[in-house]
Amino acid sequence: MEKFTTLNSRAIPLDIENVDTDQIIPARFLKTTSREGFGENLFRDWKYDKNGSERSDFILNDKRYSGRVLIAGDNFGCGSSREHAAWALSDYGFKGIVSSFFADIFKGNALNNGLLPIQVSPDFLKDIMKLISEKPETRVSVDLESQSISIENSKLKESFKIDTYKKTCMINGYDDIDFLLSKKDKIEHFENQRKLLNVYD
Amino acid sequence: MSKTLFEKVWDAHVVDTIEDGPQILYIDKHLIHEVTSPQAFQELERRNIPVFRPKEIVATADHNTPTVDQHLPVKDELSRKQLAQLSENCKKNNIKLYELGHKYNGIVHVIAPELGITQPGMTIVCGDSHTSTHGAFGSIAFGIGTSQVTQVFASQCLLLTKPKSMRIKVNGTLKNGVLPKDVILYIISKLGTNVGTGYFCEYAGEVFENMSMEGRMTVCNMSIEMGARGGMIAPDQTTFEYVKGKKFAPKAEKWKSSLHYWKTLPTDKDAIFDKEFVFDAEDIDPMITFGTNPGMSIKVGQKIPNKKDASFEKSLKYMNFQKGEDMAGKPINYVFIGSCTNSRIEDFRVVAHYVKGKQKAKNVTAWLVPGSRQVENQIEKEGLKDIFQKAGFELRQPGCSACLAMNDDKIPEGEYCVSTSNRNFEGRQGQGSRTILASPLVAAAAAIEGRIVDITKQLN
Repeated sequence: MEKFTTLNSRAIPLDIENVDTDQIIPARFLKTTSREGFGENLFRDWKYDKNGSERSDFILNDKRYSGRVLIAGDNFGCGSSREHAAWALSDYGFKGIVSSFFADIFKGNALNNGLLPIQVSPDFLKDIMKLISEKPETRVSVDLESQSISIENSKLKESFKIDTYKKTCMINGYDDIDFLLSKKDKIEHFENQRKLLNVYD
Repeated sequence: MSKTLFEKVWDAHVVDTIEDGPQILYIDKHLIHEVTSPQAFQELERRNIPVFRPKEIVATADHNTPTVDQHLPVKDELSRKQLAQLSENCKKNNIKLYELGHKYNGIVHVIAPELGITQPGMTIVCGDSHTSTHGAFGSIAFGIGTSQVTQVFASQCLLLTKPKSMRIKVNGTLKNGVLPKDVILYIISKLGTNVGTGYFCEYAGEVFENMSMEGRMTVCNMSIEMGARGGMIAPDQTTFEYVKGKKFAPKAEKWKSSLHYWKTLPTDKDAIFDKEFVFDAEDIDPMITFGTNPGMSIKVGQKIPNKKDASFEKSLKYMNFQKGEDMAGKPINYVFIGSCTNSRIEDFRVVAHYVKGKQKAKNVTAWLVPGSRQVENQIEKEGLKDIFQKAGFELRQPGCSACLAMNDDKIPEGEYCVSTSNRNFEGRQGQGSRTILASPLVAAAAAIEGRIVDITKQLN
């Protein structure tokens, strides 16, 4: 997993609530057995019409906006558990997603892929959504160590929460597998104890 | 100390607790399918890690399988490759696979309970958000991403922060024609699509106590649609009777000891939940969705609400509905009865009972997709197939089918589909398709009339 320490980038404001993982990556693109190349189909049916032409009203097609941060409406990533959604966002180039609320499974998937979910207050989200929509050149600065997000040339700054263990993983580029494998003895001990209790075989 | 059902099962599976961090939770059963497992197997190979406990993994092919001509090679090349990859991975790693054509093949959340793989008190995971279904048995069951699938392959464990607990009670007796699907749609319409985020939800009260196991599965299945990673119902006599005698259910002495343990699982009287909600069964009617998330539902006889909100309006625009309109009477051309929410034998009995002696409307394409080969056989055995054929319904072969339209079972652009599945997201059933979620009864009535029917008028 790629390390994450700080991020300074322009941002794309996606002012839509309840963005589900079916929108992020539609099911028909899940037939592949690799985890590469999902970026080109990110938000496929919002980006393109059925003839493959770009929809001019979708923010990712608006040339004024660019950057590695996506600012999204409340309850981002709800629905299906498909990790392909996190892969697609990463592959497209996003490093951080800002929202006032993330769905559980998506949040975990993002963290397992070095994509940082940054949960901010609804007011802060509203302010930055408006600011970046109006001034696309605005840069967003994220510092994982101090758990803070700030907007350049403004007073907007907020801290965000992240599980301490996950934070260490992100900063060092570790994933859970190495950690779990290092606990093999404990896991086997647990299994043996349960056998004695005769709970399940 | 008093504990909830969730806490009892969780605590019994904690291998270790990391200071100021997550816990290591042991997983009893790992269910896998063709779509979310290949990248996990790939990662294991890349890192040269063996599958730790292959016997605790059960695989099926369901998401990407055709629902016609299952005896022939799969036409779509990508789907065929993905299915072949699953077979190869399972063979290589000694994992039991119920592949396409196997007598136990079917949707992962239908086959595990019907084979007795799902049992009370277990921890069960699968790379699919509707894994919450298995909570109907009083197990902790939840969907995971592919990275976590890899973790369970490697260690039979997951690193997790213990979720909070909530309880939803529904007291009283359901009215005639109100099905488990209506109960969960009603709950989500009242509480919203993210009330459960960060929580595990226990369903309690007379309504769930009196519900069949299949009904309980329908309810727990949709827990994720209100954001809850999982839903649970305390195991009771109904649960034990369902599990007893199933292929992989404990037998003889093992059954007795299991039963003894399962009976200790229900929530203690004075256990405390982080939040609680209470509803009255009398207030619940047959429901129908009008928007693009499962929280946007109303009683089938009601009008679309008048709400000023950009996301709400975006939804209505996609559905091409107006505020204040009646849902009843709206013409529809497609009906889909299936998915891990409503594809069990009781669902098909409800449909058969309603359509017997009737004819579907000429304009309607009505697909019935059983959840498993066993359900398919049962449909035939009970003579329901004949009823469906006479009514003009198309009984297809098992799979996830038009719930997520990964295979060829797609609803065309702009068309409305009354569906017994779980998600009405934009394009979920095919690009540009418009999904209207309902119970099998409301869906059956729509197929007969070719429009949405206020079923309550027929029932009273």
